[in-house]
Amino acid sequence: MTADLKVRPPGRAVPASSPRRRSRGAPPWWFVLPALLLFAFVVLVPSIRGIYYAFTDWDGLDPDFAVIGLRNFTDMLDDGDALQAVWHTLLIAVAITVIQNSIGLLLALGVNSMIKTRNLLRVLLFAPAVITPIVTAYLWRNLLGPDGAVNAVLGPWGKDWLGDPDLALWMVVLVVVWQFAGYSMVIFLAGLQSIPREIYEAAAIDGTGSIRRFWSIVRPLLAPAITINLMLSIIGGIKLFDQVYALTGGGPGHATDTISTLIYKDAFTLGEFGYSIALAVVLTVIVSIVSAGQFAVLNRNEKAAS
Amino acid sequence: MNRYTKRTFALEMVMIAVGIVFAFPVYVLVNLAIRQPSDTASPIRPTLDPTFGNFTGAWREAGLGGALINSVLVTAVSVVIVLAVSALAAYPLARSTARWSRGTFLLIMLGLVLPFQLASLPLYQTVRDLGLLGSIWSLVLFYAGLQVPFTTFLYVGFLRALPRDFEDAASIDGASPFKTFRYVVLPMLKPITVTALVLNAVAVWNDFFTPLLYLSGSDQQTVPVAVAGFVGQFVSDWNLIFAALLISIVPVLAVYLALQRSIINGFAGGLKG
Repeated sequence: MTADLKVRPPGRAVPASSPRRRSRGAPPWWFVLPALLLFAFVVLVPSIRGIYYAFTDWDGLDPDFAVIGLRNFTDMLDDGDALQAVWHTLLIAVAITVIQNSIGLLLALGVNSMIKTRNLLRVLLFAPAVITPIVTAYLWRNLLGPDGAVNAVLGPWGKDWLGDPDLALWMVVLVVVWQFAGYSMVIFLAGLQSIPREIYEAAAIDGTGSIRRFWSIVRPLLAPAITINLMLSIIGGIKLFDQVYALTGGGPGHATDTISTLIYKDAFTLGEFGYSIALAVVLTVIVSIVSAGQFAVLNRNEKAAS
Repeated sequence: MNRYTKRTFALEMVMIAVGIVFAFPVYVLVNLAIRQPSDTASPIRPTLDPTFGNFTGAWREAGLGGALINSVLVTAVSVVIVLAVSALAAYPLARSTARWSRGTFLLIMLGLVLPFQLASLPLYQTVRDLGLLGSIWSLVLFYAGLQVPFTTFLYVGFLRALPRDFEDAASIDGASPFKTFRYVVLPMLKPITVTALVLNAVAVWNDFFTPLLYLSGSDQQTVPVAVAGFVGQFVSDWNLIFAALLISIVPVLAVYLALQRSIINGFAGGLKG
């Protein structure tokens, strides 16, 4: 645009070294340098080194280590704990995604109504999302304990929630859902409030039932909020560490170990850095597949919407 | 349909019940934090003779004062750095269509997919070799880099939707690129800066894994690490532990309640970026 005008500011010449700048005053490339250097130092270079270490037997200290090819990965296939951790990770991620978003959507519909307490409830229900996850997990460890508040409420139906290998995994899901359902709610609410009121009213006047109204009118318009919520909860669920660490430490036995807790244990209690990083590579592959899948769905939806 | 009907009243009752269920854990937290350790009544029975002894004990034993100062420092410094470098980088990345610009943007966006577990172990070695283990500045450096992809993503998306007329006008008037950025672009970025500030500050303040790695074995702590260490030390003294948990969340909840509108909008605003 400005390039076509060929106007020069009075008293200022374009430097002779760049006589054909496309657009005067265009932001120079070096503006990206500080961010790029920090990103490269903290994320990019260590990640590339990490991928390399995954093919070695490095113990984290000894500068003499050997490249061992795929052995860390083939070892994983024989490692029952690792296979279980992958399964737990996927199960937790899917369960959190389904339950948290269902509850979040119902809460959003409830709060997006004429009820008098809607603002109070919105602030209350979102509050857990800003609290430190490790703190909420310690709180719940007591609540779900044998003498905890949950059993005090349930009386004769009380159970050893965290000590039972069949239940412990679901308790991790419960704690995450309690904390982040309000987060999903807030995103759904922003989506709901962007839908013009006239559309509802027109449908109501036409006599459309409320379920039909939700499915045919609200749901398609809510697509961006749904996509964001699914992406946040599934990737957050796959990377889950703090809540498991504080709530069960991966136990009882290995009943709640996820890839992330195993990475930590293998590296810092067993000193098997190479194997630990190989697990991190597996985690990266899973996150990449899920992200790519969601990106494809997002693209398809946006094309369908336009 | 905008009237308060019987159905609205029924919905109100259901929602209030849901709110009570959600608030229940926090009630127990407060209830036990103010209870005498000798009181062994059911955790859900209201504490009638409250004590503040647990708070003074927890504050002293957990070293929460120093941890709070460290957490505030780490959060403030790293968030300011990440906002500054990401906004600056987003300007050419959003405006230039050159190949280097698109390539750099995609490279940085790769960081959205890479889980931090992959980088954190090799980086641990680098931080150790630099002698920064046990220093809170290793955390500042880490977050300043880790949060670049997400923050740049927010800024670039926001900036692309803005017209470039003001920047063009400024440069025609002879403003240098940096002046244009500082006085024209940056003020326009204010709404997304609030979003990025809220999301980054919450993420950095609450992070546990990184300080667990980089600060372990040192006398420097952030709040999450101090709480975890305290729980490990006082395994079953839950009145004391609950007092420590409560102290650690009071600053966060106070900021949340004071700024709840901007904070909730910040979280919800991420999706419009």
